[in-house]
Amino acid sequence: MKGVEVTVDRVTRSYGDFKALDDVSVTIKRGEFFSLLGPSGCGKTTLLRIIAGFDYPDQGSVLFDNKDILPIPPDKRQSNTIFQTYALFPHLTVYENIAFPLRLRKLGKEEIDKRVKHYVHMVQLDDHLYKKPSMLSGGQKQRVAIARALINEPSVLLLDEPLSALDAKLRQNLLVELDDIHDKVGITFIYVTHDQSEALGVSDRIAVMDKGKILQIGSPYEIYEAPATRFVAQFIGETNIFSCTVLSCEPFENEYMIVVDVPALGTTINVPDLEPQEVGSKFDFTVRPEKIRVTLNPPRSTAAGLNVFKGVVEEPVYSGFQSKYYVRLDDIPTAPLMKAFKQHTAFLEDGPDIEWKDSVYLSWTAVDGYLVKDVDQ
Amino acid sequence: MNYHSYSKKKRASFSDTMLVLTILFLFVPLFVVTFFSFNSAKGMQWEHASLIWYKTLIFDSPSLWLAFKNSIIIALTSSITATVLGSLAAIGITWYRFKGRSYITTISYLPMVLPEVIIGISMLIFFSSVKIKLGMFTIFVAHATFNLPFVFMMVQARLDEFDYSTIEAARDLGANERQALMKVVVPAIMPAILSSFLMCTTMSLEDFVITFFVSGPGSGTLPLYVYSMIRYGVSPVINALSFVMILGTMLIAFTFRRFLKTAAAST
Repeated sequence: MKGVEVTVDRVTRSYGDFKALDDVSVTIKRGEFFSLLGPSGCGKTTLLRIIAGFDYPDQGSVLFDNKDILPIPPDKRQSNTIFQTYALFPHLTVYENIAFPLRLRKLGKEEIDKRVKHYVHMVQLDDHLYKKPSMLSGGQKQRVAIARALINEPSVLLLDEPLSALDAKLRQNLLVELDDIHDKVGITFIYVTHDQSEALGVSDRIAVMDKGKILQIGSPYEIYEAPATRFVAQFIGETNIFSCTVLSCEPFENEYMIVVDVPALGTTINVPDLEPQEVGSKFDFTVRPEKIRVTLNPPRSTAAGLNVFKGVVEEPVYSGFQSKYYVRLDDIPTAPLMKAFKQHTAFLEDGPDIEWKDSVYLSWTAVDGYLVKDVDQ
Repeated sequence: MNYHSYSKKKRASFSDTMLVLTILFLFVPLFVVTFFSFNSAKGMQWEHASLIWYKTLIFDSPSLWLAFKNSIIIALTSSITATVLGSLAAIGITWYRFKGRSYITTISYLPMVLPEVIIGISMLIFFSSVKIKLGMFTIFVAHATFNLPFVFMMVQARLDEFDYSTIEAARDLGANERQALMKVVVPAIMPAILSSFLMCTTMSLEDFVITFFVSGPGSGTLPLYVYSMIRYGVSPVINALSFVMILGTMLIAFTFRRFLKTAAAST
């Protein structure tokens, strides 16, 4: 398999008093599509720039296949970068832009031509070879940047929010293309983004970052379904989240059924966990909106630990494939609005059956709730 | 009532009048000079058309041509020096962080805003105190000095629009620092470099005040020569010279405009 294993070992980087990276360690496997996901200012771009060689850590080391690369200048590293702003050379044509790295290496004319044509074809720019970047659309520019970064056949491709300057539709298409290219070239991809849907869609693994630290590393599935902290739960997708205290803990099937007191909801909630939790310990309770059933009638299910709340729809948001309902709970008007999303799987002739100010029942089975460690704040 | 019908009703609007007056003010003197350069008589009285002053200009004005040659030499050498130094300074100041950076920027604008008389006098004092003989070399140094801030400013303005990640991209793709500079930065800012070079030559060719202070015997430039000619009465040769220079400048300006347009279209 091509590509290298990238090891970031205890890297710290400060700008004055601001810690951009705080003792960050992560190992990215050979050939993996790895995403660094986090809000702006979380340190993800700094980490990428350190790997690329445009920035240097105050402490720690970066290894490619166990070889320290920090002393190597960026032009000698086995990595190539795709920039957010494309960073095409404005005075060169598409062809010359892509041929730039090969011409620096003084390859023969025919060899250059063959390789450029190959990569131009891969990114579907065959018709635009002799245009200047200023004549291309955003998507085409980014394709040139992709071809230019791949033509040196790097072992690691670093992508710095490559799609953020493009419109939503194009972003989806290019994302699929990037995934496709990753399958074809098989090298290690390190993808920096603040867009969780991009990261979830293409990554093998994701590292969620905030304030210079990695909070969780895992597959998209793990990150979404089993967020490690409150921040991860809130940053990835939408969720309902409340502080809670453990009241009791009983073995339940292979896990433990925990009853927690949720002051914000003025009631107790049943939630399973893999670990037994000590009575009295503090957690955050979270349940994803799409896991909550919204019904006009009381739920008929009598599954163990079913959580049921009654409320009024304060804000229905129809968005085609689903409706988002923001519901005020009847018994506790001070509680934050509960979010519940309903997928429209059938043909809606008369619009959604649940409307503004309707009285509804919110219900979810205990296994859909989740306890999150309250460590962020 | 829309704007067009409103403006049509008026005979001549204020802005039309101002436009005509301004154009007249700018160009009538040039026409007068051109017109009298073809006069056979010496004074302001029109006799008949003749090319005699052109003949004198071309075949019988050796000291004028010497001054012209000096001007050209000074203009080219000082412009090249100022353009190279100014461009490098702009690149350095824009992309490297170092102590005193903002002070250097401010100081480099000084020659541009100071009155020419002051620059001229201070240069004269400087050259005589370090015992450099006034002549072509001192004029060259003076011109390069006052040209430098213009290059610095124009190139820096271009660099401000330039995306720094382009340089990182070049480094990332295997270019060392010098290759990134020569293959990416310089070509991208070439239009600014060329236009500042042209501006330098123009300013150097026409400078009188500073040159007046730092020139020595036999090193007079064209403006100095013209000035000394006028002191002994206006010679129609100057009219002829003016017309030749108007033509020359226009030619250069139009060629350069066309060149810049193609350069701009390609970036």
